[in-house]
Amino acid sequence: MNPEGLLYTKEHEWIRIAGDTGTVGITDHAQDELGDVVFVELPKAGDKVAAGKPLGTIESVKAVSEIYCPVTGEITEVNTSLVDAPETVNADPYGKGWLVRLRIESSSREGLLSAKQYEEYVGN
Amino acid sequence: MADKRTALYPIHQKLGAKLIPFGGWTMPVEYSGISKEHTAVRTVAGLFDVSHMGEFEITGPQALDLVQSVTSNDASRLVDGQAQYSVLPTREGTAVDDLLVYRYSNERFMLVVNAANIEKDFAWIQSHNSFNAAISDVSNETGLLALQGPRAVEILKSLTPVAIESIEPYHFASGPVLGVDATISRTGYTGEDGFELYFPATHSEVLWNGILAAGQSAGLLPAGLGARNTLRLEARLLLYGNDLDEATPLFEAGLGWVVKLDKGEFVGRDALLQQKAGGIGRKLVGFQMLDRDIARDHYPVHIDGKEAGHVTSGSPSITLKKNIGLTYVPVAHSANGTRIEVLVRGRACGAEVVPTPFYKRSDA
Repeated sequence: MNPEGLLYTKEHEWIRIAGDTGTVGITDHAQDELGDVVFVELPKAGDKVAAGKPLGTIESVKAVSEIYCPVTGEITEVNTSLVDAPETVNADPYGKGWLVRLRIESSSREGLLSAKQYEEYVGN
Repeated sequence: MADKRTALYPIHQKLGAKLIPFGGWTMPVEYSGISKEHTAVRTVAGLFDVSHMGEFEITGPQALDLVQSVTSNDASRLVDGQAQYSVLPTREGTAVDDLLVYRYSNERFMLVVNAANIEKDFAWIQSHNSFNAAISDVSNETGLLALQGPRAVEILKSLTPVAIESIEPYHFASGPVLGVDATISRTGYTGEDGFELYFPATHSEVLWNGILAAGQSAGLLPAGLGARNTLRLEARLLLYGNDLDEATPLFEAGLGWVVKLDKGEFVGRDALLQQKAGGIGRKLVGFQMLDRDIARDHYPVHIDGKEAGHVTSGSPSITLKKNIGLTYVPVAHSANGTRIEVLVRGRACGAEVVPTPFYKRSDA
């Protein structure tokens, strides 16, 4: 269920890396735990973000949850469709529910998990 | 101490509910999703297991006297088969708890209290029992299901010979539902029409499964505490521990309508007389966020750039598609339209005092 080829964090984000570009979202497990997503607060294009630091906030009816950045880089694009349709994060967390794209500025992949490792982690 | 479970715990697990700790209990917060369950209650019906609530029976020749002495509303106005919302006041005129008082007869009452307050309330009432009355905590033996929504009558009707459609709001009848002796009460905590059913907890499964099956074709959904909270907030029904506690004067909470100062002596009456005569400093008001930011419980509230209090209850309103909340503000800033600010993650976000309830059903 968690796509192969993506890398995952223990805070339940995923990143798809292609060259020096990364696309970030939250995992299916995360959206399920949160419940109905009603609000997503994201950085702006041009903002610098650092691995392990807060990237934004995602809110469900019941809960507020921080999103952490899997890698260090600069935001190049934000999924603005989530402003009016935050529920897309629930419906399609690995597709249309992506959060940000960034230019990766550090080759470190420290702390990131493979799909298999992430599944084992969530299973525990 | 491990959290307590209702008799329906295995069924909630089987239904895939998310279970959370709540007031010393492990309770279902949602099954199919809070928004879906909330909308089902507003448009069809939802079924809630609220068996964690506490029930006390007060019996004996002076049962009414005991009830009158510990509650703020006037229980002498109740007739058999009638219920009322009331408060157990402290001597300082704040709230030990809020509750429902049911009159079965002049010598038999039932008090329904919040789950987290069962032990505290029981000890409190007992300590004021100088009457020829017995109080017994029947919480563990009593199951409680709430069937709430515009089609609740239609769904429940098929399961009981009792003429439930003729039970008035805040009245109740006793009779079998699916063969189980129940108190069928036209009350709720959602702002919709509906019923609360009290019955021996050993029959919980029969009633839960039977009601769900009867309502399935109509679109009845099991609903959790998540939806219960968003529903009650839209209807401006207070939540003890959030909007009301032992620090909040009842008149500030807007509960003057259940304080009957002319009914005779009761605990807290002197303080409440003073509260009423002296006027109140603050007032519980509803507000609506001006932008997309969501106010949450405990977020600070600023007025004119200064901290004025905090959000007592805050949430997205699923029915209104706005973000709403309750907060205590100085009376001078309590008029509808007054601008306030809620600090959301340190950022001051605009909000406006609005009339409550936020939501009122059209046929009410």
